[in-house]
Amino acid sequence: MNNVFEIRDLSGWFGDNQVLKNIHMDIAQYTVTSVMGPSGCGKSTFIRCLNRMHDMTPGFRTTGEILFDGVNINSEAIDPVTLRRKVGMVFQQPNPFPRMSVFENVAVGLRLNGKNWSRNGLAEVVEKSLGMAALWEEVKDKLDSPGVSLSGGQQQRLCIARALAVEPEVLLMDEPCSALDPVSTAKIEELIEVLREKYTIVVVTHNMQQAARISNNVAFFLLGELIEMDKSGKIFTNPSDKRTEEYITGRFG
Amino acid sequence: MPKKVSKNPKDRAFEALSAFFAAMVLTLGLLLLLVLLYESLPALRKFGAGFIVSQAWNPVEKEFGALSFIYGTVITSFLAILLAVPLSVGAAIFINDFAPQWLKKPVSLLAELLAAIPSVIYGLWGIFVLVPMLRSAFMKPMAKYFGWWIPLFKGPVYGPSVLAASVLLSIMIVPFILSVSREVLATVPVRQKEAVLAIGGTRWEMIRIVVGQHCIPGIFGATVLGLGRALGETMAVTMVIGNRPDIFYSLFHQGYSMAAVIANEFAEAADLQLSSLILIGLLLFILTFLVNLAAKWILSNLVKNTSLRN
Amino acid sequence: MNTLSFRRKAIDTGMRWAFCLCAFLVILPLFMIFFDLVSKGAKELQWSLLTNLPRPVGEEGGGIANGILGSFVITLLTMIWSVPIAVMCGIYLAEYGKGRLASAVRFTVDSLAGVPSIIMGIFGYTLVVLPMKRFSAWAGAAALTMIFVPIVARTTEDMLRTVSQPVREAALALGIERWKTTLYIVLRTAQAGILTGILLAMARILGETAPLLFTILGNQFWQTRLDQPTAAMPLQVFSYAISPYKEWHDKAWAAALVLITLVLFINIGARRLTREKR
Repeated sequence: MNNVFEIRDLSGWFGDNQVLKNIHMDIAQYTVTSVMGPSGCGKSTFIRCLNRMHDMTPGFRTTGEILFDGVNINSEAIDPVTLRRKVGMVFQQPNPFPRMSVFENVAVGLRLNGKNWSRNGLAEVVEKSLGMAALWEEVKDKLDSPGVSLSGGQQQRLCIARALAVEPEVLLMDEPCSALDPVSTAKIEELIEVLREKYTIVVVTHNMQQAARISNNVAFFLLGELIEMDKSGKIFTNPSDKRTEEYITGRFG
Repeated sequence: MPKKVSKNPKDRAFEALSAFFAAMVLTLGLLLLLVLLYESLPALRKFGAGFIVSQAWNPVEKEFGALSFIYGTVITSFLAILLAVPLSVGAAIFINDFAPQWLKKPVSLLAELLAAIPSVIYGLWGIFVLVPMLRSAFMKPMAKYFGWWIPLFKGPVYGPSVLAASVLLSIMIVPFILSVSREVLATVPVRQKEAVLAIGGTRWEMIRIVVGQHCIPGIFGATVLGLGRALGETMAVTMVIGNRPDIFYSLFHQGYSMAAVIANEFAEAADLQLSSLILIGLLLFILTFLVNLAAKWILSNLVKNTSLRN
Repeated sequence: MNTLSFRRKAIDTGMRWAFCLCAFLVILPLFMIFFDLVSKGAKELQWSLLTNLPRPVGEEGGGIANGILGSFVITLLTMIWSVPIAVMCGIYLAEYGKGRLASAVRFTVDSLAGVPSIIMGIFGYTLVVLPMKRFSAWAGAAALTMIFVPIVARTTEDMLRTVSQPVREAALALGIERWKTTLYIVLRTAQAGILTGILLAMARILGETAPLLFTILGNQFWQTRLDQPTAAMPLQVFSYAISPYKEWHDKAWAAALVLITLVLFINIGARRLTREKR
C-alpha cells in the first residue's frame, strides 16, 4: 500500500517546551488512522503539523521531516497554501463562516482558490460535496440560509463538505465529534466509513470506542511521544506497550 | 493574529499595503503636531512662556496672551464636570441596578442619542432655550437675592455666560460619563452585591458598599474622560459663553474659551494673531491629550472594554 | 430576625428615587431639544427650504439647498479616501499589528480620536487653505478626514478582533491565502460592525461645524467646484443662529431640524444594522 505521509523524527516545541518527541509514523492511503491519547499528549499538535497549521502559532517550531507524497512539507520550498488544499482539515468546534450561507460556505474555498467558477459549476461541486458529507438531503432547500443556522451536527458536516469541496487527498479531523451529541456523532462516524474509500483520513480522538469503531490503525500518544501504532484490532486486544495497555484498560488518562 | 513572515508574495504585498495605510495615519498624526508646532512658532518666539500668563488680547497692538481663554476653558469644564458627574453616576446606578428590565434599553439608548446630537444644535438650543430659561428662572433671582453678598452670583445678568456654557457642556458630556460609569459598575462581581444583600443590607447599602469599594477609581476615570471632552468642545460653548476675554468671579459673567476664540477669530486673523490662535490650539491639543491619556491610564487597568478607548 | 429599621428603609427608598431623578434629568434635555427643534423648526420646514438658496433678510423663501449639497459633497469627498485608509489601517492593527509601528499607530489613532475637532480645522487651514490660497471643499474634507479616520480605524480593529480564531483557521485550512482570508472571510465576518462604525462616523462628520469654519468657510450661493468656499448645513445653522434677525433664527431651527433628522436617521440605521445581524 502507498504511504501518503511518512513522518521521520518529527519533534515540536512551543518555545522551550518540547511537545512532540521524535515521532516516526507512516500513514497509508485510503486508511483511517486514529490518533489517541490523554489530553495534553500532543495529538492535536501532531495533526496540525500535517497541514502546517502551526505556521499561525507564534513560538512553535518543528524539526524532522514530514514527507507528503514523498515531498518534505517542512521544507522552505513548500507553500503551505498549496499543501492545505491537498490536506483538508475539520476542527473540534464546527466553524462555518458566520456571515455566509450554506452554499457559500461550501463554495468559498473554490471561489477563493483562484479559478473563475461559473454559478453552475459551483452549484455542481456544492451539491456533490454536500452529498458526500451526507448533508445534501437535509439542506438542499435551505442553501441560502446562513450556515450557522444549522444544528451542531449539521454544521460539522457542512464543515466536512467545505473541506471536501476543494478536493483534498487527506482529511485531518481534530476531535470532530467532541462538541456533538451521540446521534450526530454516529452520523459523522458513518460518514468517515464512507469517505475512507476516496480519502486518507487522520482523526484525533480521546474516545477509545470511537477509535476502535472507525479506524484501520490507531496511534497512541503519551506526553508527546508516539508510544505505539498498530492495526486497530491489535492495539485494543493485545497492545505491545504496557503504557498503552494501562491507558486502554482505564488505569490512567 | 500571530505573525510569521509569509513567503507568499501576495500575502507580503497585502501586509505591506496595510502597513502603508497604517503608516499614513501615523504620518497624519505627526503632521498635525508638526503643523501646530511650526505655525505657532512666531507667537511662541514673541511671547514665550508669558503667553499663558498674559491676559492681553489686542490685535491692534499685537499683544496676545491666552490666560483668559485658558481660565474660561478650565472653569467651564470644571463646572460642567461638577454638574455632570453626579447626574451621570446616579443615572448609571439607576439603569444598572434599579430600573425595571423594560426601561433599561430605552433609557440608555436615549442617553446615547444625546451624544449623537451635533454640537451646533446644542448651541442653537442653548442660545434660544437654555439661556433665556436660566436667565429668568435662576440667574436673575440669584443675582437679586445673593448677588450683593456672594461674588459667585454677582450680576449684571446678560444671559450668555459661564454658567450657561457650563450647563450646556454638562448636558453634552453626560452620555460619555454615563456609559463609562455603567461599564465600571458592571465590573463589580455579582456575588459581592449578593453578599451585601445576604447579610440583610438594603439595595442602597449594597450600592454604597460596592461602589465605595470598587468603582471610585473607575468613576474618577470616567470623570477625567468627560473632562477631556468638555475642554475641547467648541460650537456650543462659543454660542453661549458670551465671548468676552476676562478673568471673572461671577458665574453670570461672560467669558471666553480656547476653542471659542479660535472658532471666532481664525478666519479673519493673520500674522501674529493667527500664530497666537494656533498656539492656543497647540495648548488645547496638549491639554486634551494629557487629560485623555490620564483617563485612559486610569481606566485601562479597570475595564477591559474597547469602547473606553475614547 | 431584625426588621429593617425605618430609617434604613427610608434612606433606601429616598436613594432609589434620587437615582431615578438623575436618570430623568439626564434624558430630559433630549426631549426638550427635540421638542424645540420640532416646534420651532417645523413651521419653516417647506420645500423651498430644501430647494432654494439663502436669501437676504426680508426676502421670503430663502433655503439651505447649497448647504445640503455642500454637506453631502464634503462628507462624500472625505469618505472616498478615508474609508480605505481607515479600514486598511484597522486591518493592519488587527491582523498584523505586533511591532513598534503598530503600537505607534494605535497610540496615534487613540490620541487623534480625542483631539478637539476645531484643531482639525487648523490642520485643514494650514495644509490646504494656505497653500491653495483659498477656502475650499478640499480643505474641509482634509479636516474631516482627521476626525473620520481614527474613529473608523478603531472600530475596524475592534470588529476584526471579535472574529474568532477558528474562522481564520478554517479559511487557511481550505488553502485560502492569508490576504484573501483577511479580505474575503475575516472582513466579511465583521462587515456589519465595520459598516456601523463607518455610518456612525459619517453621522458625526455630517454634524461637525468647528472644523469647517475656516476651511470651507461657507457660501451664499451654489458652489460649483471643489476649490471654492462651500456651504454646509451645520455652518448655516451656526451663522443663522448668531445673526440678529428673527427670521434667520427660524431658518436656523429649520436647518437644524433637517440636520438632526439626517444625523439621527443614519445613527439609528447604523445601530439597527449590527443589532439585526447579531
